[in-house]
Parts: sequence; structure tokens; C-alpha cells
Amino acid sequence: MSKAAQLAALIGSQTAQTSRNMAYNGAMNISQRSTSVTGIGASSGYFTVDRFKLAPNGTAGRLTMTQTADGPSGFANCLKLDCTTADTSVAAAEFLILSQFFEGQDLQRLKKGTSEAESVTLSFYVKGNAAATYTVELYDADNNRSISQRFSVTTSWSRVSLTYVGDTTGALDDDNATSLIVNIWLHAGSDYTSGTQNTVWQTLAGTERANSSDTSFFDSTNRTFFMTGVQLEVGDVATPFEHENFGITLAKCQRYYYRIGEAGTFHRYAVGSCQGTSSCGTVIYSPAGEMRGTPTLETTGTAGNYAIYEADGVNACSSIPAINSAGTNSNHFNVTFTSSGNLASGNAAEAIANNNADAFLAFLAEL
Amino acid sequence: MFTSATITNAKYGLDPITGENTCINCVFNGSHLSVPLAAGNTEYIEIMRQVATGELTIADAD
Repeated sequence: MSKAAQLAALIGSQTAQTSRNMAYNGAMNISQRSTSVTGIGASSGYFTVDRFKLAPNGTAGRLTMTQTADGPSGFANCLKLDCTTADTSVAAAEFLILSQFFEGQDLQRLKKGTSEAESVTLSFYVKGNAAATYTVELYDADNNRSISQRFSVTTSWSRVSLTYVGDTTGALDDDNATSLIVNIWLHAGSDYTSGTQNTVWQTLAGTERANSSDTSFFDSTNRTFFMTGVQLEVGDVATPFEHENFGITLAKCQRYYYRIGEAGTFHRYAVGSCQGTSSCGTVIYSPAGEMRGTPTLETTGTAGNYAIYEADGVNACSSIPAINSAGTNSNHFNVTFTSSGNLASGNAAEAIANNNADAFLAFLAEL
Repeated sequence: MFTSATITNAKYGLDPITGENTCINCVFNGSHLSVPLAAGNTEYIEIMRQVATGELTIADAD
């Protein structure tokens, strides 16, 4: 096919449009929480690169997750997992899954659950310390359906492209809740591998989600897993990775996680007013418009890291800053700072870090 | 489908003006969180799921 014909085909299939990549932070450029976290394996969460969640279960294996300056040509960063404690005795219920969650309202283009259901192609660049094989599952959380495929890893960067057929059963909800989860199974016990792997869309069958021949990421402390250039798009073809500006990716990520502070020992988070003699109510606005929903507030967990500055005095907080459901929604957040007293009711005040450069406030609206 | 969150020290927080419960402060998978009483919030959903199953009790505010 000539280049002109290829271009015409792309335009006709609508895959040449911008924003064709439904995945978030695919180039691994945004890492608001941290660039490196050690000892992961006891509980699930978002640790380093935004929008990529690690969910371990029941394993003694531990790993370090980093945003690393490595990647194939054109990529400055990747996600790196490094096994630091092996687990070669795999119990039935164990797993380690790297996931990205998607809102249903972002996936209506898939036409899932209709006779016109579209194929979807997941592509990414990957490498490891040695040859390995893992499974990627698409899980439809609205209809409890799934489909899986395997992919191989070598010691050099290579691009994986996996096309999943359209599913004519089970429409995705047009809302801001979880509809689809891309699960990369990196370690799985027999509860998830003892059946014949489901390579067509079907109602979830627990034993058919991964493959008993897959590599266990926790098989050796030599094991590593690098990934970048994640793209999820409509159609049967993995088109070139859709790079986007840092600011656009950051704004997309801030729909789910927004972090402020860590920019000076007395960082000013917000201006507020004293409510009585011991508390200060503040309002903080989301810079990226609407978060996905009403957010949770994350802090350092140490009250003394925060303070209220009022009438030329720094009043250390006596309890950890807290979200106030009244007056909080998806684009402005009412946060209460509390001290042991000394405030003048009605006075203006500032909510600040208390001589601590690591104190932060973060707002979570993850799926 | 996946792992339950590990939640400890769950305690209601009060609105300083109205005196009504306005959040749940807790340690959630090792992170110190203040969770709004909002139906669509992921952490609130998990807290209420664990309360319903008897896995978690939320202490009254001070």
C-alpha cells in the first residue's frame, strides 16, 4: 500500500485523529508522588508514575518501583520494577498486577455491547533482565467480563502490540466510574491460572485470567520489568505512539491526583479564615478543572508538619489537616487546619507548612 | 475482586462550624487520608464496604 493510500486509510478509519490514545501518562513522564519507592508488595496503591497502580496480594515478594530515565528512541522515561525479595513458593491466591483504570465516559468510542463493537489495540514498549512472558487482561468492570493475551519480554526494548476483538456483549456505562481495567499479570497463583486462559471475551472466570506458563516477576532478585509508550486505541493497528505535551499529560493526571507543597519550609497552601479560636477553613482550587469526583485528602500524617499563620504568628497544627465534605466538590476543596488555640475568630489566615520542606497536601480522586 | 485495603485508626472528623461529621480520618494502605463522606469516592466506598462486612469500625470524633 502506498503512503498516500495508508494515510487515506488512517483518515477513513478515524485513527489519525488526535487523542486517539486512551491510556494516561503512557510515556511515564508524570510522577507526582515520588520517583522511587522501595519495599512494595504488602499493599496496593499508586506509588510512582501517575495512573499506574500496583496491586500485590499474599506474596512475600518485594520490589522497587521507579520512574527511570530510560526508553526506546524518543522516550525519556519509563516505569521500572525491580524485584528485591524473591517469592518462589507461589500460593494459589497470590498475584502481582500492574493496572490502569478507565472511566466509562472515556470509552464510548469502543461501542462495546453493540453490534458495531470496535476492536481495541494495546501497545507498549517493554524489556527486562531476561526473557519472560506475561499476560495482559482487559477487564470490563461494568459487566464482569474479560479477555486475556500473552506477550513476551526480551532484554532489549521491543514494541508489543495486542489487538482485542470488539465485544458485542455488555455496554460500558457512560459515567465517571470504573468501566475498564487493563491488568498486566506479573505474578499469579493457581487461583488465576489453573483453567484454560480466556482469549475471547467472556464472563469472568477466575482460573482463566492468566497463564500457568507465565513468568513470575518474583522468581529472582535479578528480575526487572521496564515499560513505556503505553497506548490504547480503537482499531486493529498499533499506530505510532501519540506523544503529548508535558502540561497536557499533567493536567490529565491531575484529574485523579493533585499534589501541592514541598516547595519551601513554610509553603503557603491556601488563604482562609479563622473559625473560632482553633481552626482555619481554607478553600483550595483544582488547577486542572474538575477532578474525577470529590477527592480524598492525603497528608504526611504528622500534625506538626502544618501550621496556621495568623496575626504575625505561626500556630502549629494540633491535628492533621482534614477534608470538610461541606463545601468540597470535584473542583474546590475545603480543608480544615486546626491548632490548639490563639486564633482570632474571623481573622484571615494562611494554611502553611510548618518549617518542613516535605510537607504536602494531595487530593485523590483515583478510580 | 482484588485485595481489601488495610485501614486502621478510622475516626470521624467534625465540621468546626456545624459540629457534624464531615470526614473519616484513617491510615489507608499506609497513607494518611482524610476521606470525604461522598458516595462516589473510591476510599469512602472501600471504608463503607469494610464497615458493612464488620471488618472495620469507625470511631466517633473527639
